Amino acid sequence: MSRFTWFNATSLTFGFAFLYLPMVILIVYSFNESRLVTVWAGFSTRWYGELFRNEQFLDAAWVTLRVAFFSATFATVLGTMAAYVLVRGGRFFGRTLFSGMIYAPLVMPEVITGLSLLLLFISINLDRGIVTIILAHTTFCMAYVAVVVSSRLVSFDRSVEEAALDLGATPFDAFRSVTLPIIMPAVVSGWLLGFTLSLDDLVIASFTAGPAATTLPIQIFSSVRLGVSPEINALSTILIGIVALGVVTASLISKRNLVRQARDARRAIQAGAEEGREARAT
Amino acid sequence: MNQPSSPQTPARPAGPGPATAFHPWDDPDAVPLIRFRGVTKRFGDFTAIDAVDLDIYPREFFALLGPSGCGKTTLMRMLAGFESPSVGAITLEGRDIVHVPPHKRAVNMMFQSYALFPHLTVEQNIAFGLKRSGMEKDAIEARVAEMLRMVQLQKFAARKPHQISGGQRQRVALARALAKAPKLLLLDEPLGALDKKLRQQTQFELVDIQERTGTTFVIVTHDQEEAMTVASRIAVMNEGKIAQVDTPGRIYESPASVYVADFVGDVNLIEGNARPVGQGMAEIRWREGVPAIRGQAAEPLVEGERATLAIRPEKIAISRERPEGRNNVVQGRVHDIAYLGNISTYHVRLPDGVIVQAQVANQRRIARRDFTWEDEVWLSWSDTAGVVLMR
Repeated sequence: MSRFTWFNATSLTFGFAFLYLPMVILIVYSFNESRLVTVWAGFSTRWYGELFRNEQFLDAAWVTLRVAFFSATFATVLGTMAAYVLVRGGRFFGRTLFSGMIYAPLVMPEVITGLSLLLLFISINLDRGIVTIILAHTTFCMAYVAVVVSSRLVSFDRSVEEAALDLGATPFDAFRSVTLPIIMPAVVSGWLLGFTLSLDDLVIASFTAGPAATTLPIQIFSSVRLGVSPEINALSTILIGIVALGVVTASLISKRNLVRQARDARRAIQAGAEEGREARAT
Repeated sequence: MNQPSSPQTPARPAGPGPATAFHPWDDPDAVPLIRFRGVTKRFGDFTAIDAVDLDIYPREFFALLGPSGCGKTTLMRMLAGFESPSVGAITLEGRDIVHVPPHKRAVNMMFQSYALFPHLTVEQNIAFGLKRSGMEKDAIEARVAEMLRMVQLQKFAARKPHQISGGQRQRVALARALAKAPKLLLLDEPLGALDKKLRQQTQFELVDIQERTGTTFVIVTHDQEEAMTVASRIAVMNEGKIAQVDTPGRIYESPASVYVADFVGDVNLIEGNARPVGQGMAEIRWREGVPAIRGQAAEPLVEGERATLAIRPEKIAISRERPEGRNNVVQGRVHDIAYLGNISTYHVRLPDGVIVQAQVANQRRIARRDFTWEDEVWLSWSDTAGVVLMR
C-alpha cells in the first residue's frame, strides 16, 4: 500500500484534480487584473477591494450570517428537545409516527419544503424577509439536529441520568447538570451543521426571501445569471478560505482530544498501579 | 476463604438468640425498615415480580440472589423509585413510597456501571448529592473529605473518572452513594466489573463500611459466594417469586426447595418415594433392591409422596470398605476425579447410572491418592446430613 507505483500516482493525481481543479482555477482567477474572467492579465487584488465596496454583497453576507446564526440556534434548542423526548420519553401514543416525522424533512425535496413554506407565509399574511428565512431554515435544520443529538442520546448510559435523580436532582436539574454537559459535543455539532446548511441553502431561501432581505447564495446566483464577474471569484475564494480554516481547526481539535484520551488512559493505569504499590508497602 | 458455612451465620433454629447477635428478623417486636406487601410488577404480558412479600430490617445487609431475569433488579429499582409496582404496597419506615419520585427518597443507589458523571471530578461527583440537599458549603467540603478518606481516594480527588482505575471508580461510586447518609443503600451487582482477587477484598471492605456507617444495605447479585460473604440474610429469587429468605447458613444447610438447594452450592439430588420415620426424619425409597436412604424432612410429609433427598458433596464420606452402623450407604465406581487443589471431587457412578459427587479436603500436601478411576467404593453419610424436600 505504501509503495510508490505509477498506478497509485496516476489515480491520485486524477482523483484530486477532478475534485480540486475547478476550485484552483476559481482562486487563481480571483487574483486576475482583467475584467474578463477567462483572460489572464496579471496579478491583482483589485476585485477584493471592489467586493468590499459592494453594498449589495455586504448586506447579503450580513443577512446570511444572521439567518444562519439564529436558525441554527433555534433549531438546536428545538431539535435537542425533540430528540430528548423521542429517545427518553418512554413509550407514548404515536411515538413511532413522531420519530418518523422528525426525519421526514431530511428526505423531502427542498423545492417542496420551500413551496409549502411560501404558501404558509402567504396564507397567514407574513411579509417575506429575514424572519421568514429564519423560520424556514429552523424547520429543516431542526431535523438534522434531532438526528445528531438523538444518536448521542441512544448511545449514552441511561443510568448516569438515573444516578443524578437518585442523588436528589429534579428531572430538569438532572438534564441541565448531567445530560446536557455529556451530550454537549453532539449539540455543538448539531449547531454547526445547522449553521453550515443555512449558509449553503439557495432553494428554500429563494422561496421564502423577499425584496427586503436577500441571502448571499441568492445574490451570487442571480448575479451569475448576468455573467460571472471577478468579484464573485473573490467572494468564493474567501468562502473557500473560511471553510478550509474550519476543517483544519476541527481536525486539530479532534487530534488533541485523541492525545488527551490516551493520556487519561495512561493516568488511569498508573493510578491503579500506584495504589497497588502503596498497599504492598504498608 | 469464602466458604459458604461462614462463622457469622451458624445454622440454628428460629427463635430469640443471645443479645449480642444480630437477627432482628427473629424478634417479633422489631420494626422492618422496608416492607413489600403483595407487590406484583408486569411489563406487558410478562410478570417480572409476582406477589412478593418481604421485610428488610434496619442495619441489615440484605442480598437479593438469583439468575438473570429472576426479577431481583426490578425489585431493587422499585426501592430506588425507577419502577413502580403494578399492584401492592412498598413502605419505608411505615410510609408508602410507591408514588414518591426517586429524587425525593432517602434511598441511594450504587449502579452496576457505577454511572459516574464523566464531566465532573471525583470530588464533584461525591458532592453532587450534597449540593442538592441544601447543605452549607463548608459542611459539604467536610463531608466530601470524610468520604474520600473512607474510600482512601484523597490523592485522586481532582481526577476525572476516566483518569482512575476500575477499582477506584467503584469506590467513588460507593462514596457518592453514601455521602448523603441514606437510610437505605442499594447496590446493583457492585463488584461485577472487578477481577476476582479485588472482588473478594472489596467484599470485606463493603461489610466493614456497612457496619461502621450502620446503613441498611440491599445488594443485588447473581454470585452466590458474594451473597454468602456479605449478607446477613439472602432472598433467593426464581421467576419473579421469592423462593426462600434466610441467613446464608440456613439457605445452604436447610434449603426449602430443590431450586434453592441446587442454585446455592453443589448438591446431589436423589428422587424417590418418601416415608416419614418419626422425629422429623424421612426415608426415601429410590431404587428396587437397595436400602432406603434417610434425611431430615424439610416439612411434614405423607407416605408415598414423591420427594427429593438433597445432600451436599462435602457431607459424603468415601471409603473402600462398607462402613458399619450407617443407614445411608451406596456402592459405586469412581467415574471421574476433579482435583481443585484444596479439595478433590469424586464423581461416583452407581450401578443404575446415577452420578453422586463426594468431596474430600486435601489435608496433606503430598499424599498417595486412596482411590483412582474405576475403583469400587462405598459412599455414606449420616442421617442428618441430607434434607428431604417436597418442592
